[in-house]
Amino acid sequence: MKYKSQSVAKLYFVAAIALFVGQILFGLVMGLQYVIGDFLFPEIPFNAARMVHTNLLIVWLLFGFMGSAYYLVPEESERELVAPWLAKLMFWIFLIAGAATVAGYLLVPYAKLAELTMDDLLPTMGREFLEQPTVTKLGIVVVALSFLFSIGMTILKGRKTVVTLVLLIGLTGLAVFFLFAFYNPENLVLDKYYWWWVVHLWVEGVWELILGAILAFILIKTTGVDREVIEKWLYVIIAMTLITGLIGTGHHYYWIGTPDFWQWWGSIFSAMEPIPFFMMTIFAFNMVNRRRRNHPNKAAVLWALGTAVMAFLGAGVWGFLHTLAPVNYYTHGTQITAAHGHMAFYGAYVMIVLAMISYAMPMMRGRKAANSPSSQVVEMWSFWLMTVSMVFITLFLTGAGILQTYLQRYSDQPLDFMTVQDKISLFYWLREIAGVIFLIGLVLYVVSFFVGTDDPEAVEKIEVDAETA
Amino acid sequence: MSETFTKSMARNIFYGGSVFFFLLFLALTFASHQDFPSRDNHEALTETVAKGKRIWETHDCIGCHTLLGEGAYFAPELGNVYERFGNSTEAIKAFIKSRPVDGVPGRRSMPQFNLSDEELEQVAQFLKYASGIKTANNWPPNIKG
Ligand code: HEM
Ligand code: HEM
Ligand SMILES: [Fe+2]
Repeated sequence: MKYKSQSVAKLYFVAAIALFVGQILFGLVMGLQYVIGDFLFPEIPFNAARMVHTNLLIVWLLFGFMGSAYYLVPEESERELVAPWLAKLMFWIFLIAGAATVAGYLLVPYAKLAELTMDDLLPTMGREFLEQPTVTKLGIVVVALSFLFSIGMTILKGRKTVVTLVLLIGLTGLAVFFLFAFYNPENLVLDKYYWWWVVHLWVEGVWELILGAILAFILIKTTGVDREVIEKWLYVIIAMTLITGLIGTGHHYYWIGTPDFWQWWGSIFSAMEPIPFFMMTIFAFNMVNRRRRNHPNKAAVLWALGTAVMAFLGAGVWGFLHTLAPVNYYTHGTQITAAHGHMAFYGAYVMIVLAMISYAMPMMRGRKAANSPSSQVVEMWSFWLMTVSMVFITLFLTGAGILQTYLQRYSDQPLDFMTVQDKISLFYWLREIAGVIFLIGLVLYVVSFFVGTDDPEAVEKIEVDAETA
Repeated sequence: MSETFTKSMARNIFYGGSVFFFLLFLALTFASHQDFPSRDNHEALTETVAKGKRIWETHDCIGCHTLLGEGAYFAPELGNVYERFGNSTEAIKAFIKSRPVDGVPGRRSMPQFNLSDEELEQVAQFLKYASGIKTANNWPPNIKG
């Protein structure tokens, strides 16, 4: 760690991991409710558990992005962070607001929460992923602006690199598109149309810039490959992201009362959205193969490569699976969507945040570059357990989704929704088992922070090149 | 990547491409707005319906159901529930009203929201309005949602 102020990232990372655990516990609750319908009913109805699950996901990823930025920006800008006290203050505000919101979801009926937080003054609640009370949303805006201020000022006053520039564009976009969360017209079609300006333009737009910037940073640090090469790749990747992803929004405008022309625009452009993800995979492997050093933090490199592969599979392959309008006509809003949502979020955003934590945490905890070998072994076990079980979660949900699509929408004698759900419950049981293994992997991940802390740290293996030796 | 393809070329593609396709996206959005009135069923958007949307939102119905295919996948699609229930708002109201407080043992159950008669009417009218939105190809594929 070169600059003292980078250490504020630690707070953010610790909170991110804690909330991640909470997210998964509620995922398992819902997974059980899928097969044992009255589990925890009426104390924790499914919709409450779902809000906790998805909102914790978003909040901890935001903590992860902010932590990553606070760590990466001083190092890239070659100076201390502007106003580290603000970063600390905002951390507590965000954490308390987040915790209070989740407590609200669980402790009072949602309608009561809307009433208590005076949602009628500026109604924004009750839309998927944007369930937070309006006051919480306003809090998020304040936190985001303060964050952008300290990151932006640090970048402006220091060395400017492509990595920090792309990161800043991504983070600014994140804040700007979040403002559409405040637009909630009575007209349902309009409501849905602009809802996607938050959701799609985040995950298939500006968040990919953040992802690309963090990945580029980790690769620069761990491979020692020339910055020029990495930055060129970064530009091409994010160019493809926005060229395909902006109009790609059209893949959500097929069946919600929007014009028919979106079926063409949406299909063609979103079918190209896998390209930047594929380039990311090629990029990461290429850089690691051309490495000038063997960074002792093997776990971080594994997470970075894992991100590149899993983001391509989850977003690229599973996204493509249902993105063409004629296919989406049948799969829209089924378990196929859930399968894709899980692997894409995990592969792209969960893994990049864990990669950054893996890279940065050892230094913030006083190591020179890496954890001890025993700690890394446990961490890599957690990598494989979580990643493989997420592959299985995705496969089981895909199986459920194919059957659901067929039985409920495609066959000659379509069956009722609930009848179909009963018929495919085996897949939900299997998903739940895979989910338990995911949780074990996550517990192991947490454990890895406490293993081998007194052992000496892993050292860089100097390769003797056969040709030059 | 080849040496003749320089970083500044890559940067220009990024800025040029992003700006161009963002403007194109705005143009398509503008074109969509021209089309909305012919299919968004705004004629039916009364004050009752608007209040019904608030009931829908403040009870987080989207946390279990889909509406025009968006939402959660735990419970049935409601964009066409009005038609599935025989074009009857009464049937919708009766269903919501009769949910058992403790659920149905072993089954996925919908909470008892204790809505007033007025609120029931509002949310049922909202669902009727939603079913009148003209989705492309008449999505969903069939009445089951
Ligand atoms: C990391 C990037 C991505 C993430 C995190 C992600 C996540 C999600 C999520 C959570 C949903 C469900 C939204 C809802 O609740 O309604 C969704 C829907 C969808 N995604 Fe992605 N996605 C990503 C990339 C992609 C890509 C690259 C494609 C296309 C190639 C794609 C195609 C789709 C389609 C077609 C839907 C709509 C499904 C439906 O009709 O129900 N996604 N995505
Ligand atoms: C490990 C155990 C997990 C289980 C059992 C689980 C279960 C579930 C369930 C039952 C739903 C609701 C589906 C519905 O609406 O009917 C859901 C939604 C969701 N979960 Fe998970 N989840 C798990 C892990 C994760 C992880 C690791 C992520 C992020 C990477 C994640 C991201 C999401 C997202 C984005 C949604 C909304 C999906 C959509 O709208 O299409 N979940 N999860
Ligand atoms: Fe999308």
